[in-house]
Amino acid sequence: MKLRHETIEQNAILLLVLVLLTVSIGGLVEIVPLFTIETTIERVKGVRPYSPLELAGRDIYVREGCYLCHSQQIRPFRDEVERYGHYSLAAESMYDHPFQWGSKRIGPDLARIGGKYSNDWQIAHLNDPRDVVPESLMPPYAFLGRHPLDIEHIAEHLAANRAVGVPYSDEMIAQARADLLAQVNPDGDSSALIKRYPGAVVFKSVGGSPAAVTEMDALLAYLQILGTEVKFRDVDPADLVQ
Amino acid sequence: MQTVAQPKALWSGEVGMIGALALLGLFCLFVAAKTVEPAYAFHMGLAVVAAGLGLFAIFHRFYHRPAEPPPMEIAGLPNYNFGVVKFLAIMALFWGFAGMAAGVYIAFELAYPDLNFLPWINFGRLRPLHTSAVIFAFGGNVLLATSFYVVQRTCRARLAGDLSPWFVALGYNFFILIAGTGYLLGITQSKEYAEPEWYADLWLTVVWVVYLLVFLATLYRRKEPHIFVANWFFLAFIVTIAMLHLGNNPAVPVSIFSSQSYIVWSGVQDAMFQWWYGHNAVGFFLTAGFLAIMYYFVPKRAERPIYSYRLSIIHFWSLIFLYIWAGPHHLHYTALPDWAQTLGMIFSVMLWMPSWGGMINGMMTLSGAWDKLRTDPGLRFSVTAVGFYGMATFEGPMMSIRQVNSLSHYTDWTIGHVHSGALGWVAFMTFGAFYYLVPVLWKRPGLYSNRLVAYHFWIATLGIVFYITSMWVAGIMQGLMWRAYDSLGFLQYSFVETVAAMHPYYIVRAFGGILFLLGAVLMLYNLWHTARGTEPRPALGAVPAAAE
Repeated sequence: MKLRHETIEQNAILLLVLVLLTVSIGGLVEIVPLFTIETTIERVKGVRPYSPLELAGRDIYVREGCYLCHSQQIRPFRDEVERYGHYSLAAESMYDHPFQWGSKRIGPDLARIGGKYSNDWQIAHLNDPRDVVPESLMPPYAFLGRHPLDIEHIAEHLAANRAVGVPYSDEMIAQARADLLAQVNPDGDSSALIKRYPGAVVFKSVGGSPAAVTEMDALLAYLQILGTEVKFRDVDPADLVQ
Repeated sequence: MQTVAQPKALWSGEVGMIGALALLGLFCLFVAAKTVEPAYAFHMGLAVVAAGLGLFAIFHRFYHRPAEPPPMEIAGLPNYNFGVVKFLAIMALFWGFAGMAAGVYIAFELAYPDLNFLPWINFGRLRPLHTSAVIFAFGGNVLLATSFYVVQRTCRARLAGDLSPWFVALGYNFFILIAGTGYLLGITQSKEYAEPEWYADLWLTVVWVVYLLVFLATLYRRKEPHIFVANWFFLAFIVTIAMLHLGNNPAVPVSIFSSQSYIVWSGVQDAMFQWWYGHNAVGFFLTAGFLAIMYYFVPKRAERPIYSYRLSIIHFWSLIFLYIWAGPHHLHYTALPDWAQTLGMIFSVMLWMPSWGGMINGMMTLSGAWDKLRTDPGLRFSVTAVGFYGMATFEGPMMSIRQVNSLSHYTDWTIGHVHSGALGWVAFMTFGAFYYLVPVLWKRPGLYSNRLVAYHFWIATLGIVFYITSMWVAGIMQGLMWRAYDSLGFLQYSFVETVAAMHPYYIVRAFGGILFLLGAVLMLYNLWHTARGTEPRPALGAVPAAAE
């Protein structure tokens, strides 16, 4: 039987089915292979799930819409690599649900902001960006230092991340609250935290005591880990081929 | 013979809706009581109030309505359901104003950052409010209103369903309310143009399925053997948006007592899903849907048939096939594998062809009716919209070429491009349609003032010119400054120097936005008086209509 357009446009269900088929093809071809081709995510070492405090900080980053002005995706251009560091790898955001690559740079890229500035600078900048960068357009975030962080539900957040594929162990989930508090208590024993989350930055809470952990602390912990997990000195370039 | 009055009873649809609303209200009350998040409790409380109002409205109508459902036809003519269309048109105008005003405010925030003086109105929270308000609240209500109008007219049948169209209209606007207040309170999942959290997404899914069913059922009732071309585009828009919404948003909530969730996809795959969704929100919400408006309102207004029926068919199938592939051009030079970027680029360039095919079809429909542009300022909006569509769909494929994109990406050039589409195409197409639709819906002989329409047209056009030219210059300058080197081989500019250089352009852009908003206010004033049936003052009087 010859399918004439007259037939299609006289039959709503046929039209609907053909539309659905037509619009499915592009997505299937472009998306499915990203799950099946193994080299899509480079085999590099060092990328780990976020520590509980970093994860809470990432939630603040999402809540405040930071991604609207700051990308986290360095492109492989001479100027970007000089300005921001090694170009971004797919592996570096494999535990990001959802991804935070962004689409606009009203402010600079943050993919490798971790460790670039001191904690004090970051806090001063978040409190009022124009105190340290007079030309800045960024809104002030001093209120984060006044908001206590919700630490009672942190284990649930880790569990939800595990449900979507982040490899948090039972131990990590059980110790989530303790690990969170250990990260803002430089006087305590943070060895268990560091063992579970290598490279996590331990610092003194903005509020002064670990009990008074704020949203500012969480955001700081997140910013300071960004882009620091992969040690590019130890990476074999062959492993970066997608 | 005398007809015996039937005893009044609830219709099955009413019973079902009462049950559903009561259950939903109770469930949300339970969640509101248990959650520790104030913002989430507020949203659940809103849902309880909305369910209560819905129940009240159903019972209120029951006591005032006749026992029999409204007839399908009165004296051989279809008894159209325009009440819901009127409501949607009003909501579209309201949200349009709100969304554009939010846009002007955030434009000023970038020029004068001291305007970020409260956490709830920081740029990071207001920008999603602006984008969602103009795309989904304004654009969405426009599409609901016009699709419900066009499908009835072109099928010569009353809109299917009794409560269902109202459920779609009110349910959709409730979704908008939840989404918008959520952004201000910090509830977002950070997927651009899909920021609402899991519970809002679930609600939208229900509303959208009912929308599809109402649309299909109305098509099924049609008196015309052929489905009119505008309805193909509406149908493709409804179906594809459903597919994109379901693909992009699957998430695991932290618990049902938390507003927060984590998206199932991560990293590179999530990026691909996001821009597969994001680009086709443009492609199907803002393009296919608004092309449907073009295919109905331009021929109607010009009183000419569509230029080429064959071109309509080619336009339709090639557009919907090619658009879906274009997403990866948002991810050039990122960690997305090169093969996917290349596919995205090739299909984006190919997309130029169907887009211009559609533009030509719209433009040429005016063959032999160009004189109407002199007497019908509403039509001027529609035709200019088609022109902007042609311009934006040339610029888009150009920007999707990797080498061009390496300069334009992350800069304000993209913002300029988006607004030549959003202001020039989407908003102008809407204005053109509404200047026709409002007098028809409110049964008025014509607009309150054609002269105000002409003012609106020129002020808004000037606003767009200021907006897009400033963003072109700003964006290209920004891109060039980022990659500039000095004679010793060092980066010429620090990042913040490029920020400071944007300042004058941000002011010009905000000024363009004010002009556009001012034009919209003129329209609101004009349409308000049109709907009220105010007698035009002589000074504002209509240009004498051309002899028919």
